[in-house]
Amino acid sequence: MNNKRKLLSIPYLLWAIVFIIIPLFMVVYYGITDKTGAFTFANIAAIATAEHGKALWLSVLLSFMSTVVCLLLAYPLAMILSKMNIASNSFLVLIFILPMWMNFLLRTLAWLSLLEKTGVINNILKFFGLPTMNIINTPGAIILGMVYNFLPFMIMPIYNALVKIDPNVINAARDLGAGPFKTFTKVIFPLSIPGVISGITMVFVPALTTFVISTILGGNKILLIGNVIELEFTTTGNWHLGSGLSMVLMVFIVISMILTAIFDKDGEGSML
Amino acid sequence: MIKTTAQRIYVALIFIFLYAPIATLIVLSFNASKTRSKWGGFTFKWYASLFEDEKILQALGNTLLIAFLSASIATVIGTIACIAMQNMKRKSRTIIMGITNIPMLNAEIVTGISLMLLFIILGFKFGFMTILLAHITFNIPYVILSVMPRMKQLNPSTYEAALDLGASHTQAFFKVVFPDILPGIVSGFIMAFTMSLDDFVITHFTKGAGIDTLSTKIYTEVRKGIKPEMYALSTIIFVTVLILLLLVNYAPKKKQDTAAVK
Amino acid sequence: MKKSIAILLCTVLLGTILTGCGSENDTPNGEVYVYNWGEYIDEETIDLFEKETGIKVIYDEFETNEAMYPKVEAGASQYDVVCPSDYMIAKMIDNDMLAELNWDNLPNAKANIGSQYYESSEQFDPGNKYSVPYCWGTVGILYNTQMVDGPITGWADLWNEKYEDNILMQSSVRDLFMVGLKLNGYSLNSTDPAELEVAKNSLIEQKPLVQAYVIDQVRDKMIGNEAAIGVIYSGEAIYTQRQNSNLEYVIPKEGSNVWIDSWVILKDSPNKENAEKFIDFMCRPEIALMNFEYITYSTPNDAARALIEDEDIRNSEIAFPDLSKYDLETFSFLGEEADELYNNLYKEIQSSSN
Repeated sequence: MNNKRKLLSIPYLLWAIVFIIIPLFMVVYYGITDKTGAFTFANIAAIATAEHGKALWLSVLLSFMSTVVCLLLAYPLAMILSKMNIASNSFLVLIFILPMWMNFLLRTLAWLSLLEKTGVINNILKFFGLPTMNIINTPGAIILGMVYNFLPFMIMPIYNALVKIDPNVINAARDLGAGPFKTFTKVIFPLSIPGVISGITMVFVPALTTFVISTILGGNKILLIGNVIELEFTTTGNWHLGSGLSMVLMVFIVISMILTAIFDKDGEGSML
Repeated sequence: MIKTTAQRIYVALIFIFLYAPIATLIVLSFNASKTRSKWGGFTFKWYASLFEDEKILQALGNTLLIAFLSASIATVIGTIACIAMQNMKRKSRTIIMGITNIPMLNAEIVTGISLMLLFIILGFKFGFMTILLAHITFNIPYVILSVMPRMKQLNPSTYEAALDLGASHTQAFFKVVFPDILPGIVSGFIMAFTMSLDDFVITHFTKGAGIDTLSTKIYTEVRKGIKPEMYALSTIIFVTVLILLLLVNYAPKKKQDTAAVK
Repeated sequence: MKKSIAILLCTVLLGTILTGCGSENDTPNGEVYVYNWGEYIDEETIDLFEKETGIKVIYDEFETNEAMYPKVEAGASQYDVVCPSDYMIAKMIDNDMLAELNWDNLPNAKANIGSQYYESSEQFDPGNKYSVPYCWGTVGILYNTQMVDGPITGWADLWNEKYEDNILMQSSVRDLFMVGLKLNGYSLNSTDPAELEVAKNSLIEQKPLVQAYVIDQVRDKMIGNEAAIGVIYSGEAIYTQRQNSNLEYVIPKEGSNVWIDSWVILKDSPNKENAEKFIDFMCRPEIALMNFEYITYSTPNDAARALIEDEDIRNSEIAFPDLSKYDLETFSFLGEEADELYNNLYKEIQSSSN
């Protein structure tokens, strides 16, 4: 019977081979060849040039900062929500993914309208006689855009990990004399780690590869590694270099997959 | 008391943050001026002209159809894969889950380009089908990642018990396993549907001539300025979904719904 | 929850059915695949063409020349007619991607397009074998008279520290380098590494003053008084002035770029005859006029220009400048090696610190 059931994996495996694995190998093939088709490591080594290296460093830095901000914002929120006893947690899921039903490009453009020098927020500040802020086209605006777009991916897994904690465990800790702080550090937080790890992965990796956010909110003044790859694929037409640089990014993906595998053995902190 | 007030304020602030751009778009849909940066008075005219704009409506139709089909097919394939994985050894399960993570974590542009290369090699004609195939591909992981945890919580003995009581495998599955994993399937479907709706990069590289989704339509409009009809359409979509959500959530049959979810 | 899904699905399906109807048309006279810039045509003209000829137009849009090229090259879709810019046409000719036109099938194109535009086209399409001009224009500076001191006259004003954080530059590689090269008195088609290095350094020096590097948003930002000065295509200038009367357009004294976007037919086009019919239809005076009025980019169609009712527009120095008064150059295709050099220098500008 078990063998028969295993056969059910065939459709997905076939699908994965044709539409995930083969395309991935094509990227690898492009990444390790040059325009004449000869084997080369130059496309991967190109990450070491001053511009690419700096772009990668900036991307890592900005995505790291957005991930930290997301975590700091999302954890308390998830804790509050998990105690709220909301009747249907699917309703909650939907409230957080509802903004995604407004197109991503439109949402990011809307931030432009909000943050501009003559934008909505500055007009409100001016109305109250407050000093205006100048955040648009700075790394700060990019971080804001990343936090905005990826925050739901941090909230959901942490929330899911927290609601799964058996209240009896927490009560037991209290009964044994642990204060709120100790209960948190010794019981709640350790149990929520799978969710935290999954959230970090879901925020850090897409933030690392984005190019739309930095183009629209960064005014093209800040070159991220995602922008370089986009440039190579769509403008320069050097797919070999673009693929080579993408392969460098895959290292981060593999790292995050390993982390997930270590900390989240049972899929506790799933997205949904 | 102070604590709960502080908590409420905190939740409210996050909601304001998440919904501020949405509010901006809704306001823009009533802006008589064609330009984003100038307020030209209040108007409903974009809502009227929206329904005369065949191209936008067609793009909307394509978007919804692709989202619906890709989410449905991905849900079927993904759920079946989860059932199969449940019976696998740990190692092979880890490998499959690893593969599943790839499209979620890979740079979208790389996924898009690699699929385009694949379709060219396979000699596919670019159009509806290629977009659909691409969307199914990046949707399956969302289904698997939301069904798998439910699958693991299952108690295998209930299934065995059903078999012992004379149910066939199929019966046992649909009567015992399916109701338990249904919430995971449903949220996987919703997630997949949303992701498909929101995707731009992958669609851009796998679409052919004469077919547009809302995302690709908006992207080509960026050059000459977004048509205000787009804001109107987004507002309609948003308000429709919001009303549906509220209706369902505050409907009298709340208890039953909750039971189904839990 | 289940119910919400059911309702959602019904809405979705209903929406699909409502919007999906009527897509099945008869195409007695075949079809033609057109690939044009986004928002670069009055779509009513397509309807008129379909009604008159019975040829179904499958219309698709691209955002930049560079984004269009790989899609056409890969052959992902069987396009017939494309509308690239000058230097991209040269590149496509170079790579043997275009079909020669049969001018006997293009009477309107022959009669109505001004001869000076065919002469200009010779720079990238020697002998006028492949392309029919569709739109043209210059690149210049748009400035807000309320936000600058005294008139802006040349590129050098974009290096004036007074306008810090008030300058919008173009983000595409060739347009950006054009400014840097012209500022230093070089040709905008320079491939000399030393000259390009000078241009690059100028642009890096300017970066702290620049508010943003954009393509499309110059228009919205200038209308909204978000910036004082922006580099913009002349075709956008007429529209922006209508929206904000404080805006002035000037072609810089150091010289600038004059560009032409032209219709071409792809070599492996399966519908060549229909493609020529489409191009010729677009060259009819009244059709070209409709397009001009919709997109406000200068038309090379002299017959259409004569039909423009508004005298100010017909004789507008922005839409129809006297080219002999300015020092203008067309972009040419510089070869893959030079392209790579440009791109590497471009990355250096982008990654330089503010």
